[in-house]
Amino acid sequence: MEAASIPESPAARTRKPFGTVILDNILWVLLAAALIIYFVQDPKQTLDDVKTGLSNGTIWALIALGYTLVYGIIELINFAHGEVFMIGSFVSVSLWQTLGVTPDNAFIAILGSMLIGLILAMLASSVLNVMIERVAYKPLRNAPKLAPLITAIGMSFILQNVGLLWRPQPDSSPDLIGSQKDYFKVFGVAIEHSDVFAFVVTVPLLVGLLWFVGSTRYGKAMRATAQDPDAARLMGINVDRTISLTFLLGGLLAGAAGMIYALYNGTIQFNQGFTAGLIAFTAAVMGGIGNLKGAVVGGLIIGVIQSISDTHYGQVWTPAVVFSILILIMVFKPQGLFGEETREG
Amino acid sequence: MSTAVATVRSNATSLRRLLPDWAWAVVFLALAILYPYILDVLIASPDDLLDASISTLGYIIMALGLNIVVGFAGLLDLGYVAFYAIGAFVIGWLGSQQFPDVNGGKGIHILTPAKSAFGSDLPGIHINFFFVIFIAAAFTAIWGVILGAPTLRLRGDYLAIVTLAFGEIVPRIFENSTSGIFGIGHTDFSNGRQGITPIDKINFPWSDTAFKYPLELKPVYYVGLAMVLLVIFFNRRLRDSRMGRAWIAVREDEVAAAAMGVNLVRTKLWAYALGAALGGFAGAFLATYTNTVNVDQFEFGFSVFILSMVIIGGMGNIWGVILGAIALSMMNRYGLKQLNGVPEKFGLDFDVTSINFGIFGFFLLVTMVLRPEGILPSRRRKLELHEAEIEGDVIAREEMSQLYDVRHEQ
Repeated sequence: MEAASIPESPAARTRKPFGTVILDNILWVLLAAALIIYFVQDPKQTLDDVKTGLSNGTIWALIALGYTLVYGIIELINFAHGEVFMIGSFVSVSLWQTLGVTPDNAFIAILGSMLIGLILAMLASSVLNVMIERVAYKPLRNAPKLAPLITAIGMSFILQNVGLLWRPQPDSSPDLIGSQKDYFKVFGVAIEHSDVFAFVVTVPLLVGLLWFVGSTRYGKAMRATAQDPDAARLMGINVDRTISLTFLLGGLLAGAAGMIYALYNGTIQFNQGFTAGLIAFTAAVMGGIGNLKGAVVGGLIIGVIQSISDTHYGQVWTPAVVFSILILIMVFKPQGLFGEETREG
Repeated sequence: MSTAVATVRSNATSLRRLLPDWAWAVVFLALAILYPYILDVLIASPDDLLDASISTLGYIIMALGLNIVVGFAGLLDLGYVAFYAIGAFVIGWLGSQQFPDVNGGKGIHILTPAKSAFGSDLPGIHINFFFVIFIAAAFTAIWGVILGAPTLRLRGDYLAIVTLAFGEIVPRIFENSTSGIFGIGHTDFSNGRQGITPIDKINFPWSDTAFKYPLELKPVYYVGLAMVLLVIFFNRRLRDSRMGRAWIAVREDEVAAAAMGVNLVRTKLWAYALGAALGGFAGAFLATYTNTVNVDQFEFGFSVFILSMVIIGGMGNIWGVILGAIALSMMNRYGLKQLNGVPEKFGLDFDVTSINFGIFGFFLLVTMVLRPEGILPSRRRKLELHEAEIEGDVIAREEMSQLYDVRHEQ
């Protein structure tokens, strides 16, 4: 799979018969059909699921972007990315615990501590991610492709156990945003504080990232490196630095996701990163790995699938459902939803 | 530094040349057979170490199985624990009281004692251990093919993730199949989180007396050892067979192998099937020995534990993998306890054994960065892993061209 294929020219694109389009996208058609059926059966519950799924999905989207950025540029599944996200959660919660902020504090104090928590989590995660790249991936840049994947797994286990030592038991985050309280209702669906919060933090970050990759010199360097590292080097781009920058960006987003997760879910634990990482990776593959917008859309879709599965099959089956979808996509539709576009699509 | 390494290496080679290869084999075999008695002589209470050794035998079989997939065929499998789970559940189904209603509550007994130690009836299916291990191997081999078939067109990292997902799904399915599988039927297949226990003790087909482990460990040790020897023999023959050479060809260059007439589908599926079969083989043994089949055992960490054995020992080299399995398994049991004083010196307070997987992750990382070919490398694999560095290096190239004349490894 080419991570950054050049888009084919419009002239080469021929119109496919409708039947083939359906067959090509049978997976999406089935998912959409399931959603519609559930909606007809129980509209209110389904809308509620979709809402929960979308706000949960913003977290997956942020993590998925980290996978997709890194895969786009060095074709490596950064297996330790989930753990970077976990460390982000831990850092922000530790900060709040040290400061001793509670929901009863003044609004300004809460807002300030949340902002500092966000910034610290983002910084910690991004520095960590860059360090991981230096230690575990850079020495293996010319090795067979599976070698860095194995070091990535090693790194993931190391970090998970660092998390285990840091917080052996699941810990709760102070409920700074009053996450369960309703803001307002739309069509009878209660929009809670946590939903609004997830979107308020995520959307500016996503816009900022798209702007950075699409419109700055550094973003241009990243895209060039993704297309052809050797040619980029010949054009005077510092490839090593560009790769570090990519890990930095991925880490920033993972840290933000970690902070949102802590407030959104209220509990954090050392192994949250493993599951979250796999779910987010599923999202990245769903959107077509290497494709930024695809990762966001994939994250939202996975969030909705999860909450619908929670309601209809029970929480015990949800991981199995998500992983089955991961397998189905990888085997039958490895290019994902938007895979044929370039990653900046 | 490098001269020191060279001295050690030449010493090792001269030591090895001291005896012909078959004589070394006899020496190691004799040591393995006498091992429990040697322990009796050397240690006052050898049971704990012997217990660890029996688990190690199971891990050796699994590591050798994973070595077929990862080391020989070069397909990274991160979900090996799925086959452990399937093998363990096969013996859970065929060697316990999990299905009490079978045969009108009287149970099915094939070459196993029909009465319990207290003389009461034993409901459920009870098939002799020595049949069940082969049934488990065959059943997991089928699952290896089922899981392998859709992934054939994937390569590298995508394949790894798909196998990882399988490894996560299989235990979840078992865990949730307490009332039929996928809600079909009402049979309890797994007993949920409690797990299936007890599992039948091993007994010989010709005898009605079951082994008395955990009181008497030697007989189980010999059963395990016999299984390991069978697997080693099987692996050696496989490596040098037509199939084994096809695996190496596919590992080195899939396209070139296909162009030379290697049937990729068949080759890869056989690798999956045989690797999985050994996982099931060992899984059934370990489940009997530990007397329980519990989904909590089947987590991703275990896959990585076995993968670390293969990689640290030396991918593709049977003896390296065995060494890796023994080293990591014993380290997990004893070595980490020795390190418990270390954190205190740095003013920290934690139990080193609780972060065992983190330590294995660290080993994995260090091995892969510094010595990707492992402790006892397969010569051929080593050259592949260092291809980028030795391009243009004349000496290495000569070594490589010599190697192409050597038919067998080592």
